[in-house]
Amino acid sequence: MSWGFLRDLLSGVNKYSTRIGRIWVAVVFIFRLLVYIAAAENIWKYEHDEFECSIRQPGCENVCFDHFFPVSHIRLWALQLIMVSIPSLLVVFHVAYRENREKHHNQKLHKSPGEIDGGLLCTYLISLILKTGFEIVFLVLFYKLYNGFKVPRLVKCDIRPCPNTVDCYISKPTEKMIFLCFLVATSCLCILLNLSELSYLIFKYSIKRYAKRVIKKRQ
Amino acid sequence: MDWGALHTILGGVNKHSTSIGKIWLTVLFIFRIMILVVAAERVWGDEQDDFICNTLQPGCKNVCYDHFFPISHIRLWALQLIFVSTPALLVAMHVAYRRHEKKRQFRKGDQKCEYKDIEEIRKQRFRIEGSLWWTYTSSIFFRLVFEAVFMYAFYFMYDGFRMPRLMKCNAWPCPNTVDCFVSRPTEKTVFTIFMIAVSSICILLNVAELCYLLTKFFLRRSKKAGNQKHHPNHENKEETKQNEMNELISDSCQNTVIGFSS
Repeated sequence: MSWGFLRDLLSGVNKYSTRIGRIWVAVVFIFRLLVYIAAAENIWKYEHDEFECSIRQPGCENVCFDHFFPVSHIRLWALQLIMVSIPSLLVVFHVAYRENREKHHNQKLHKSPGEIDGGLLCTYLISLILKTGFEIVFLVLFYKLYNGFKVPRLVKCDIRPCPNTVDCYISKPTEKMIFLCFLVATSCLCILLNLSELSYLIFKYSIKRYAKRVIKKRQ
Repeated sequence: MDWGALHTILGGVNKHSTSIGKIWLTVLFIFRIMILVVAAERVWGDEQDDFICNTLQPGCKNVCYDHFFPISHIRLWALQLIFVSTPALLVAMHVAYRRHEKKRQFRKGDQKCEYKDIEEIRKQRFRIEGSLWWTYTSSIFFRLVFEAVFMYAFYFMYDGFRMPRLMKCNAWPCPNTVDCFVSRPTEKTVFTIFMIAVSSICILLNVAELCYLLTKFFLRRSKKAGNQKHHPNHENKEETKQNEMNELISDSCQNTVIGFSS
């Protein structure tokens, strides 16, 4: 799978982020994207082939696998990575829009197009809220779909055409669980970073506005 | 596997490292990442397919494989490499922060700034002193800790560094104690020992770099102390100047206060 696009997007976003934003980009890039590509993808590569049920009935394995893994862990992980990185595009687009406007009017409208103030601040805050929202949605989805973050060794299945309740064995359950825990931990870390960046920005700009008001009153 | 991006990030750090740091980076890339990507992947590629147990009981193979390999060697090495490379990011961030401050000074037109243009700031190589020294030293310390933790985890999980040919398994649903055979055990042992050896070399390089930095730090301190002893007049002249300035400031403050109160 080619993640070059996401990598370029994240590098582009880095330019217009606050310090906490840059830490977020580094965490997503190294502890999530790189771990996904370098390690996690291969664990789930042959999950269907290695899923084995104690029965010879044709179709039973397929049906049971489909019942227990409606969407594979690894696909959910990939979707989460993509959805969580996309809100940063809003910021990139807004900066590009500002630069375009400056070119069009042939004059400097802002101190610097990447300076986080005014409209760009709103866009940035919205992107932070969206990122946090997506993280939480995916964590909840994982929890609901798989009844927690545990991967059992054995699941019991009795869906047609399985003739009775058969034992089905999942491959590499411990390794999968270790990487799922890693995913949850990094997700939570990213949520914390987003929330602290949100509070930092709101606090900083409230102070600025308050200071401006005080100066105006004095004048 | 996409290690190219990590290579780009760490390559940037290379400029600001000591000579031992540069050797460490080379060892990391050539003897660990490249070997992992080029060779080890092929060797461990078919590990579960070719893990065979002497039973037809469905599920027994899966359960035994999971019992003996809670996390595959390859994944553990990949995680180790990622964690060990991460502290270098701290240095990269610190350097980027310094560059940002210098650029700000330059833009404000500060006379203290000694650069002629922005390009010079971008290309400048910072010396490892001051706060950067602390960041660099902590990054080496964390590297050492991660290396040691992973090596210990490896040893603990696999009872040493040998890959046995045969494992006996009696986890349910295996009907009794069955023989399970690992694929390519000798080749895996060779690669494991190789990776452990290179890890140890990296640990030694990190320890050497740490000692070098500490020695440099203490030498610099003793030089400064020596300079202070030999040139006390120089210090005294500066002190008297500062005292005069302090008096001027306090006088002007007193005048202002008196002015306000009246």
